[in-house]
Amino acid sequence: MGRKLDPTKKEKRGPGRKARKQKGAETELAKFLPAGGDENSKRLSSRARKRAAKRRLGSAEAPETNKSPGAKPLPGKLPKGFCKPFGVSAGAVQTPGKKEASSLFNMARGKKRPAPTHSSAEEEEEDSEGDGVVNQEDLWGSEDSDADMIDDYGAGSNSEDEDEDDDEELLPIERAARKQKAQEAVAGDQWSEEETDEEEEEEQVSAESGPREDEESEGGLQINVDEEEPLLPPAGEVEQDTQAPDLQCVHKRIQDIVGVLRDFGTQREEGRSRSEYLQRLRKDLATYYSYGDFLLGKLMDLFPLSELVEFLEANEVPRPITLRTNTLKTRRRDLAQALINRGVNLDPLGKWSKTGLVVYDSSVPIGATPEYLAGHYMLQGASSMLPVMALAPQEHERILDMCCAPGGKTSYIAQLMKNTGVILANDANAERLKSVVGNLHRLGVTNAIISHYDGRQFPKVVGGFDRVLLDAPCSGTGVISKDPAVKTNKDEKDILRCAHLQKELLLSAIDSVNASSKTGGYLVYCTCSIMVEENEWVVDYALKKRNVRLVPTGLDFGQEGFTRFRERRFHPTLRSTRRFYPHTHNMDGFFIAKFKKFSNSIPQSQTGNSATSTPTNPDLPNVNGQVTPKSESGSPSTKKAGQAKQRLQKQQHPKKSSFQKQNGISKGTDTELSTVSAVTKAQASSKLQDSSQPPETAAVVREPKEAGKLKQQSPKLQSSRKAAFRKQRAPPKTMDTDLPAAPSLSKTQATPKPEDRDQPFGNTTGAEKVKHQVAEQPFKKAAFQKRDGTPKGLKTPTVSSRSSSRPPPAKRRKSQSRGSLQPALTSVDG
Amino acid sequence: MRPLTEEETRVMFEKIAKYIGENLQLLVDRPDGTYCFRLHKDRVYYVSEKILKLAANISGDKLVSLGTCFGKFTKTHKFRLHITALDYLAPYAKYKVWIKPGAEQSFLYGNHVLKSGLGRITENTSQYQGVVVYSMADVPLSPLNLPRHIKEGEKLLLHHQEAN
Repeated sequence: MGRKLDPTKKEKRGPGRKARKQKGAETELAKFLPAGGDENSKRLSSRARKRAAKRRLGSAEAPETNKSPGAKPLPGKLPKGFCKPFGVSAGAVQTPGKKEASSLFNMARGKKRPAPTHSSAEEEEEDSEGDGVVNQEDLWGSEDSDADMIDDYGAGSNSEDEDEDDDEELLPIERAARKQKAQEAVAGDQWSEEETDEEEEEEQVSAESGPREDEESEGGLQINVDEEEPLLPPAGEVEQDTQAPDLQCVHKRIQDIVGVLRDFGTQREEGRSRSEYLQRLRKDLATYYSYGDFLLGKLMDLFPLSELVEFLEANEVPRPITLRTNTLKTRRRDLAQALINRGVNLDPLGKWSKTGLVVYDSSVPIGATPEYLAGHYMLQGASSMLPVMALAPQEHERILDMCCAPGGKTSYIAQLMKNTGVILANDANAERLKSVVGNLHRLGVTNAIISHYDGRQFPKVVGGFDRVLLDAPCSGTGVISKDPAVKTNKDEKDILRCAHLQKELLLSAIDSVNASSKTGGYLVYCTCSIMVEENEWVVDYALKKRNVRLVPTGLDFGQEGFTRFRERRFHPTLRSTRRFYPHTHNMDGFFIAKFKKFSNSIPQSQTGNSATSTPTNPDLPNVNGQVTPKSESGSPSTKKAGQAKQRLQKQQHPKKSSFQKQNGISKGTDTELSTVSAVTKAQASSKLQDSSQPPETAAVVREPKEAGKLKQQSPKLQSSRKAAFRKQRAPPKTMDTDLPAAPSLSKTQATPKPEDRDQPFGNTTGAEKVKHQVAEQPFKKAAFQKRDGTPKGLKTPTVSSRSSSRPPPAKRRKSQSRGSLQPALTSVDG
Repeated sequence: MRPLTEEETRVMFEKIAKYIGENLQLLVDRPDGTYCFRLHKDRVYYVSEKILKLAANISGDKLVSLGTCFGKFTKTHKFRLHITALDYLAPYAKYKVWIKPGAEQSFLYGNHVLKSGLGRITENTSQYQGVVVYSMADVPLSPLNLPRHIKEGEKLLLHHQEAN
């Protein structure tokens, strides 16, 4: 802008450049439209006066004549006109071939032209134009000066814009415009397509039917615009705007398309399909918000259109700064007071948090106050406080935080536990661990051990935690406002890679939880991502692979997770998971799921496990695998050969026996169990004299569990409860069997039904023993023989199939009833 | 991770005793359990025994930190106390120095404190005495060594130790 600028003549009019820019586009527009015209007219009038004066001096052209061809009746349109010419001219100047850009402008212009007929549409256009105009006001200034200088850019001059308002101005520009028109007319055909699209998108109804027609009119308009383009002074602003498509126009078009799509039946353009609109919208959104195509596609799948735009807008703005009081050292009230004294403007975070504060503004660096250095608070996002609240750690528990860096959640856990118990804070990234060390020391956390393992190694290194928090590494699509690079550098492979890693970590985390913990047995899985592949899909996978079930998170706000998404179907309990979005909750995008582990055994997949059976109990592994026809986790069994097998065997035996008891051979009644049963049969016969019951029972138990988890048809909770119930019984059983008195036990077991799991077995203390005694399996099996009835019976339809082969469900029922108590208990624990 | 040797223990306790004197025993025998010092990669950690048990499962090269780090041994086997130990020293400090609010900020950010910046000081504090510096609100800020003889108007060089 500036070449033609005459410094002496340049004067800032109105609020000034910066003032204008600081206001939002909307406000600008609002001000502009009704008053803009006035302003413009006023300005123009003064400028016009100047120009008129100049012209009179220099030329005799009548401004009015210029105007008429311009067909810009309303002064309000001036802004548009200005916008257009700038944009268009810029575009034209830069890349004559850029039809799109020009088309954009053309469209805008085109719309505007017909605008008189459609005031509303025009207004919209004008608004968008107005924005453009606003930006270009400076140009105006320059142009004015230019105009004053009577620069004839050849085709026209910037003053064209002004000319619209000011007839006088048009003169030189008009000439140029006419020239351009001629040029444009030739090229107009090319733009037709775009124009039509644009037009369609626009809410104009007139002349929309014929793209051609529109084109022509558009073309005419475009021509004008084009004419203006070259006229535009080298104003940098204009050019910038037009280099990419004019953002104002794009924005307007986005809004228009969304409006059309919302009411597609009535507002669509004939001959234009929905997909075309969507295509256009996608491109526009990608342009306007600088997103990569892949991510934008994913977001379009995820959100309805209106929400989509809000989401994208919210990602442009950072979330408010929040901090969490460290209750180990201070109270929220005192901290708030101290910070206010330092000059920080803050407020409590909300009803849902007792320790959170949100900072509106601060005169001191919030991360450097003496209170911060003394560890009185921690800067933490609001959504990061939620998983710890969901986890609800109790005092004197053993907690594992698998991906703890930078330590915000770990320290929150510690403060909730009041520095009792033990926290194992782990992270795979050594650099970020340093921040964990620093933060934990600063905040006065004394019960933490910080380690540097890959999370997937976990149950092997140390397991048996009461609660586990897994804040999995993710693609970061929920925190785009913090890291805009995510918009473009994520693609399909990244998401899938993340999902794979998350699945592995989640399985390891589940295996690290001790299901029979008195106060715990919970796992919270959370990510800062909104992608279904990383959230619901991973959770669903875990439900299939492990003996866990979802429980309510305890957070009463937030959107429920999806139970189905496009072609995928998830377990209905996924409704208890929670999603948070930046545009609805004003916190970073987040996903939280809380699991309760109801059995320490690991379901084996059917196929692969026969070979993995432990030496002592070949049956078990097979059974396990088979038992869980649904469970796909073949690998875990192999992996956990040591621990898992033992656990599995222990647990499975009961199940198996239960299944088998009926026949003495592997029950496997169901198709699911069929494989298992086969195995169990073999095993049973080999192992137990009684029958392969234990394996069966184990299998049976397994299945119910699996069924519970996997089967969506039957109420999962029910089945899961049953499964849990069964499992609970299983351990005791196993334990009993473990005891040397196995044979006797088995007998005893056989006799007492589920009535009292523990009783028949007597000594068995429960699951713990189960784990340790692999060798006892045979005993257990015997013991379980009785049991098998229970597991099966409990199951709903899925189970029933199996149970059918078994002894009358009635027996099982009893055990079930007993077991039902257990599930109730377990659920309560949650 | 290993317990401290006699020599190391002696060196460390000497250092700590400069600040808290004979109250050292209170650090070890605490009402909520026994605490001990462990050495890991030249750093001394102060942990309770419960934590110690779990930490024993973690292999040495993967263990990063446990409990609270009190300080570290330098290559020449001198013991350097860290600010992370402040929470444990402060309650038992024998000699205390209080700084005025104005000087507090500058002290926190690493500057020296003039004698005029001192609010209070425990009696009988001798030269080169180890003290704990407090703010006027009785918030412990740092353990220090008083560098010189206290004279009116003289600058006190207070060495502010950094956190690890």
